[in-house]
Amino acid sequence: MRYLPLTGDDRSAMLARIGVADIDALFRDVPQVARLNGPVDLPHHAGEMDVERRLVAMAARNLAAGQAACFLGGGAYRHHVPASVDHLIQRSEFLTSYTPYQPEISQGTLQYLFEFQTQVALLTGMDVANASMYDGSTACAEAVQMAERITRRTRSVLSGGLHPHYAEVVRTMAADGHEMVSLAPSPQAAVTAEEIAGLIDDATACVVVQSPDVFGNIVDLAPIAAATHARGALLVVVVTEVVSLGAIEPPGHQGADIVVGEGQSLGVGLNFGGPYLGLFATREKYVRQMPGRLCGETVDAEGRRGFVLTLSTREQHIRREKATSNICTNAGLCSLAFTIHLSLLGETGLARLAGLNHAAAATLEARLAQIKGVQPLNATFFNEFTLRLPRAAAPVVEELAARGVLGGVPASRLWPDDPDLADLLIVAATETNTPADIERFASALAEVL
Amino acid sequence: MQSIGRPTQPADTIGVGAPATVLGHRGLDHEEALIFELGASGRCGVDLDTPAPVASRLGPHARKAPVGLPGLSEPQVVRHYVRLSRRNYAIDMGLYPLGSCTMKHNPRLNEKMARLPGFADLHPLAPMSTVQGAFALMDELARWLTTLTGMPGVALSPKAGAHGELCGLMAIRAAHEASGQAGVRKRVLVPESAHGTNPATAAFCGYEVDPIPANAEGRVDLAAFMARLGPDVAAVMLTNPNTCGLFERDIVAIAEAAHGAGAYLYCDGANFNAIVGRVRPGDLGIDAMHINLHKTFSTPHGGGGPGSGPVVLSAALAPFAPVPFLVREGDGFRLVEEAAAGAAPFGRMAAFHGQMGMFVRALAYMMSHGADGLRQVAEDAVLNANYVLASLKDVMTAPFEGPCMHEALFDDGFLKDTGVSTLDFAKAMIDEGFHPMTMYFPLVVHGALLIEPTETESRETLDDFIRVLRTLVARATSGDTAHFAAAPVLAPRRRLDETLAARRPVLRWRPPALDKAAE
Repeated sequence: MRYLPLTGDDRSAMLARIGVADIDALFRDVPQVARLNGPVDLPHHAGEMDVERRLVAMAARNLAAGQAACFLGGGAYRHHVPASVDHLIQRSEFLTSYTPYQPEISQGTLQYLFEFQTQVALLTGMDVANASMYDGSTACAEAVQMAERITRRTRSVLSGGLHPHYAEVVRTMAADGHEMVSLAPSPQAAVTAEEIAGLIDDATACVVVQSPDVFGNIVDLAPIAAATHARGALLVVVVTEVVSLGAIEPPGHQGADIVVGEGQSLGVGLNFGGPYLGLFATREKYVRQMPGRLCGETVDAEGRRGFVLTLSTREQHIRREKATSNICTNAGLCSLAFTIHLSLLGETGLARLAGLNHAAAATLEARLAQIKGVQPLNATFFNEFTLRLPRAAAPVVEELAARGVLGGVPASRLWPDDPDLADLLIVAATETNTPADIERFASALAEVL
Repeated sequence: MQSIGRPTQPADTIGVGAPATVLGHRGLDHEEALIFELGASGRCGVDLDTPAPVASRLGPHARKAPVGLPGLSEPQVVRHYVRLSRRNYAIDMGLYPLGSCTMKHNPRLNEKMARLPGFADLHPLAPMSTVQGAFALMDELARWLTTLTGMPGVALSPKAGAHGELCGLMAIRAAHEASGQAGVRKRVLVPESAHGTNPATAAFCGYEVDPIPANAEGRVDLAAFMARLGPDVAAVMLTNPNTCGLFERDIVAIAEAAHGAGAYLYCDGANFNAIVGRVRPGDLGIDAMHINLHKTFSTPHGGGGPGSGPVVLSAALAPFAPVPFLVREGDGFRLVEEAAAGAAPFGRMAAFHGQMGMFVRALAYMMSHGADGLRQVAEDAVLNANYVLASLKDVMTAPFEGPCMHEALFDDGFLKDTGVSTLDFAKAMIDEGFHPMTMYFPLVVHGALLIEPTETESRETLDDFIRVLRTLVARATSGDTAHFAAAPVLAPRRRLDETLAARRPVLRWRPPALDKAAE
C-alpha cells in the first residue's frame, strides 16, 4: 500500500523490540466482543488510476458552474481566483502544517494570519479581527452569543433580510431560554431603523442585520446602529458577499459592534458549500470576549519581530468549560487563500473587481426587466437582486438549467414553507459573467416564462 | 492539539555566533516584511477590465474612503508567500508527532480530486438535478463512515471536530426533549483527560460539566463514574482510545451503565485512527461520535483548518440529525432542507451541507486504502507508537503500563532535578529538526509529552527520532541545562515573548502614522 512505509520485516523486528508475539497483542485492551476478525464489508484497496477513474465519473455527473452561465448567489458567489492563489496554498509548508502552536517553526502561518486579521479589519472598518471561523453562518451564531456575553442579556432581534440558513443556525445555537425574534422576510426594501426600533427592548443583546441583505438590498446601517445603541444593545452586521466591501461603506464606519462575514468570494471558490471562511471582526474593547484564535505580534529572544497565537485564555484548550466558544480548528488554509487573493488585488484591484460585479449586475437587471412579466424589486443592490416572476420560480430554475443557465436561487429553496415568496428569484452576477452569458440568460428566461 | 505552554523570557545569550548580515537574511532563510510594508500604490497583481459605465444602483451607500490595501504585482505576492512558507514546519518535511492530532501523510491524489470542476466548481444551491454526482459522493462517504463505525446514522454538515461534538450533544439533547426528560437531565460526565473542546461543548449546550477522575491505569475510574451516574445525567463524553493513548477497557460496562441510567454515550472520535477497520464504535455501545476527516482520513490540516467533523449516530439518535440531509428519491437523491416526515431534526449546524472539499479528499483516501488497507493503517499506527514507547521508556518516564494504542505518553519524571522543563525539552527538538510532540496535555499527568507518530512514518524515521530523543535525555540528565534554556537557536525565530503578546496585544498592522496616534 503506497501510503504505508512499514515492510513485513519492519513489522516483525518492531514487534520483537516491543516484546509481543503479534499485532493482536497490542489490541489486547479491546473487549473481545468488539474485535473484528477481518476487514469490514467495503471495497479493498485501489491504485491511483482506479480511484481517479471512479471519482472523475462522479464529478462528470454534475453540471459545474463554469460549464453553464452561472447566476447563483444566496450566500456563495462564483469569482475568478488567480492561478497563483491555488499554487501557493498547495505549498507543503502551508498545506501540511498544523495549528501554529510552536511559533518558532510556524512563523509562515502566523504572519499570514496577522496579515489576514489586518485585511479583515480594514475591509470591515473594524478595529480587530480573529484568525477565522468555519463559515459566515457559524460566525454569525458566535457573534450573537458574544453580544449576549457582553451585554448579559438574552434576547436578540434578527432582521428579515438575514439569510434564512444563518438565522436557523443562530436559533439552533441559542442557549436554553434565550429568545430570538425574527422579522419576516421583506424582499421589496431593506430593513429600516423604524421597523427595528420597536422590537428592541432593555433585554435585547443585539440586532443582527445583513447588508447587502439576502434579497440584495443595501441597508442603511447608521440609523439602525443608533436605535440599537440607544437601548444598550449591540449591532451585529453580516456580510455574505465580501467583494461588496470594495464598493460600499463598511459596517464599521456605520456603527457596527461586531461584523461577521462569509469570505468564500475571495480565493476560496464554491466547493459545493464548504470549506468556506468565516470572518469575525469587532471593536478593540470587546476583544477578550471574541471566540476563536487570535494572532498577535511580539518579539523573540533576540528582539526580532515575530508572531504568536495570543489571548488564548479565552479558548477551550485553556479554559475548558469556561471558554468563550468550543471552536478549535478554524479555516486556516481558506484564510490564506483569501489573504493571497486580496494581496494580488490590492486597493485598485478590489475597487475594480467590485465595480465589475456591480456593472454586471446592473446590466443584467436592466436586461431582465425588459422581459414581459418580470418585475425587479430592488431599490439598491450590489451584485445580487430579486425578481418577481409571473409564476413559481423553482420550476423556472429547473427549465433554465436544462438550457445551460444556472439562473439564480428560487426563494422557495431558502424558505420552503412561505408561499408568498414562491415566485421570487434571487439572481447574482459577478465579473465571471460575460455579456454573452447575460444575453443567454435573458433569452432563456423569456423562452421559459 | 496542544496545551499550556509557559510564558517565555528573552534569553541574554544571542544566537550561535552566526554572522550578522546586511538585511538579516540567513542563507535560504529570508527575513520578510508584512505585505502592508511591501506595497506601493499603482501596482496590482490582477489584470481586470475597466467596469462598463452604468448608472449606480448602490444608492447613497458607495464607499467614501479607500480600504487601505497595499498594491503589489504578482511576482511580489508569490515571492512573499513562498518566503513565508519556508518558515513553517510541515508533515511533508518530517515527522510531526503531535499527540491527538494524527499528523499523517496527505496524499496529493486527494488534492487533485477535490479540484475537479465537477466538485470544486459546484454551487451549494444549484438545482438538485445538476448535482446528483456530488450527492452520490456524499452518500458513498456516508456508507464508508457508517460501515466503519457500525452506526446507522450520519450527519455530514459539521465543519470540524468541535462542531461535530456540538452536533452530537444537540442530538442527545433533542432526544431527551422528545422523551420529556430534558428538564431533569442537566449534567454531562467528562473525564479529566478529555480534550478541552469536550467540556466547552457541553457547557455551550447548557450542561453542567462533571469531571470524572482517571484511575492509576490512566483510564476512567469506573467506581467514580458509577457514583456520579444518576437520573440527572444527559450524556457521558468519552474519548476512546483516550488522550493518554490507552483503550478504555471498561467501555462496554460504561456504555451499559450509562444506558441503564437513561444517558447517552458520546465518543470523541479524534483518536479513531487507532482502531479504524479493527473496532466498530457501534459495537462498544456508543451513541454518537464525530470523525475528524482531517485526522483519520488524511485531509490536510492547512495550518489550523479547515477540518470536517461528520457525526455518526446510533438508531436512537439518528432521527434527530440536523438539516440538511440526503434522502434517496427515484434513482437519485434529494437534499432535505426542512423537517420532514419520520425525522425530527434538532436544527441546522451551518449555512450549507458540509465540507464537500474534505469529503472528496477523505473518500479518495478511503478508496485508496480500502477496507483491508484501513485495518492496516490502525495496526501500523499502533505498532509505530508502541515502538517509540518501547524504545524510550527506559530513559523517559511512561506514567502508565503499556501497550499503548496510537500514541505514547510520557510525563516529566525523567527531567526531575535537571532544571529542564517539558517546554525546554520540546524546544531543543526543534533545533534537531523535529516538530515537538504535544506538550502539557493531557492534564492528568505532570508535564505531559504525548507522541503520535502515525502509520505513515518509516522505521528509519522513527529510529532517527528515537536517537535524537535519547541523546537529548542524556544531555538533560548530564546537567547541560543551558542548551535547553536557549533552545531553539537554529529556527527562524528564537523563543517568542508570549507574555508581551498577551499583555499588550497587537493584533493587526497599522500605518505608521496611525500607529503613533494610537499610542
